[in-house]
Amino acid sequence: MTSHTFIAPRPAPAAASGWLGWCKSNLFYDWKTSLGTVLIGLIVLYVLPRLFNWGVTDAVLSGGYEACHAAQGACWAVVREKFRFILFGRYPHEEHWRALICTVLLLGLIVVSCTRAFWRTWLAGLWIGVLLLYFALMRGGFAGLRYVETDLWSGLPLTILLASLSMVMAFPIAVLIALGRRSGMPAIRSLCTVYVELIRGVPLISVLFMASFMFPLLMPQGFNIDVLIRVLAGITLFAAAYMAEVIRGGLQAIPKGQIEAAATLGLSYWQTQRKIVLPQALAMVVPGLMNNFISTFKDTSLVAIVSLYELTGAMGMAMNSDANWRAFRVEGYLFIALIYFVFCYSMSRYSQWIESQVNKSRQR
Amino acid sequence: MPSPIIAFEKVNKWYGNSFHVLRDIDLSIQTGERIVICGPSGSGKSTLIRCINRLEEHQQGVLRVDGVEIGDDIKVIDEVRKKVGMVFQQFNLFPHLTVLENLTLSPMWVGKLPKKEADARAMEQLQRVRIAEQAHKYPLQLSGGQQQRVAIARALCLTPKIMLFDEPTSALDPEMIKEVLDVMIELAGQGITMVCVTHEMGFAKAVADRVIFMDEGQIVEQNTPDAFFNNPQNERSRDFLSKILGH
Repeated sequence: MTSHTFIAPRPAPAAASGWLGWCKSNLFYDWKTSLGTVLIGLIVLYVLPRLFNWGVTDAVLSGGYEACHAAQGACWAVVREKFRFILFGRYPHEEHWRALICTVLLLGLIVVSCTRAFWRTWLAGLWIGVLLLYFALMRGGFAGLRYVETDLWSGLPLTILLASLSMVMAFPIAVLIALGRRSGMPAIRSLCTVYVELIRGVPLISVLFMASFMFPLLMPQGFNIDVLIRVLAGITLFAAAYMAEVIRGGLQAIPKGQIEAAATLGLSYWQTQRKIVLPQALAMVVPGLMNNFISTFKDTSLVAIVSLYELTGAMGMAMNSDANWRAFRVEGYLFIALIYFVFCYSMSRYSQWIESQVNKSRQR
Repeated sequence: MPSPIIAFEKVNKWYGNSFHVLRDIDLSIQTGERIVICGPSGSGKSTLIRCINRLEEHQQGVLRVDGVEIGDDIKVIDEVRKKVGMVFQQFNLFPHLTVLENLTLSPMWVGKLPKKEADARAMEQLQRVRIAEQAHKYPLQLSGGQQQRVAIARALCLTPKIMLFDEPTSALDPEMIKEVLDVMIELAGQGITMVCVTHEMGFAKAVADRVIFMDEGQIVEQNTPDAFFNNPQNERSRDFLSKILGH
């Protein structure tokens, strides 16, 4: 009988190290990668200096529109000149401080809601409180504050209100619809299916249009719901349909054994959904849900169709209303693009953090 | 003779319109009895025990568990499920909950026990299956054998009168089967009614009061383990035994 000699573990071989080795294996691996590297390099070398000249070297940072018209480069002065109009739109100029406070309040509320330590029941109360404060302060009409109609609310505070409120309201609706589509009761199942298919079958613009113009026609004379509320309802119902399908995807992925195990432990339908199915299903669809949230956030720019001027609408109005600055809308759009990007990128990073949290139970 | 804790009377079940999976099942199980059900795959053994806690519905016949008839009444089913623990082939632990949370879920939410008491009960059961030190890990961080022992402990937290085992060792690596069987053998010595679908013949010989052999949806033969293994009466039982013991 031969005895076996055990082999001691050895470290893995070191990869070709150093930046030269990295370049060789990643940029100039064979003639095809080399060609690609050279072509892309040429394009970058062509574009970057021009972009730099336009945006930095030749740019006008401050001053009047005459300086901008004379210059070759970008006119960042337009942002300096118009930023209050872009951020707060039609909201009365001397009352902008109220809109600013409301924006900060909402942003603070969102940051608090995203922080694990604050996931307590009082958070729901905080939402109601902050929203009431937001509406009161934006609306005014008390304590010497000037009354401002809702159709004058615009710019960034409106964008954030529409996006956050419609997401928060759409989420529970979406969960119920997703569960409904898998219900054993045919009436509920078909109702939910019809809802999803109807909403997905039309563009958001037409939903907003109907919420804004058709709805009042159907209501009795003198009965009116504020346009802001109608639009909020429209976006919420629209987002819920898409979100429901993402959540349903997660529900489908839960093995039947999980539900059977819950049943043998005596858990009721709702206990099973709440304790077993939804935590796992939602964890699985975090990337899809965040996709939804981000697109809902940007979709709010469509409310311009019903004469509500959120960030994009306010920016368009700021440009159109002033012939002297109208030529520099590109710079204006870049400015709001930056704002949108900061929000969407934060959401994206937050989603990655959530993913890392929910995957903790899967790590060995 | 006392009335049986589980009684099947002419129970029939079909999957869809054509697949007759349980055919005229008559079976009485006494309190404290330990039953092993075996048979070829597709013979209906899993379906049979899944009828006991209504994971499957039977369409004909009468099935009584602890004196009540199992039917469409959800309240009856809930009551029965509180008395019947079940262990699955694939463990079916909840991967997003820790071992301890897996165990306390039902006592807290169904049994309405305060957390402290539920925790105490859970730790007691974890000690019983010799895995208390893993209480704060997640199921996927454990080996298959450990997971199955957690699953047994979870079922025991209901303080059930009946334990159902549906091929509890079939998904395990060979070297982990023993640790699960040891726990089951210990349990069998403690007077709980056990119905176990398994092909572990050593386990059947060691603890079963009765071995039931099923084929094509019927109970073909039932006998003491000694009689069944040494002197099977039916040709199909002989054939089955020669296949699982013949190597």
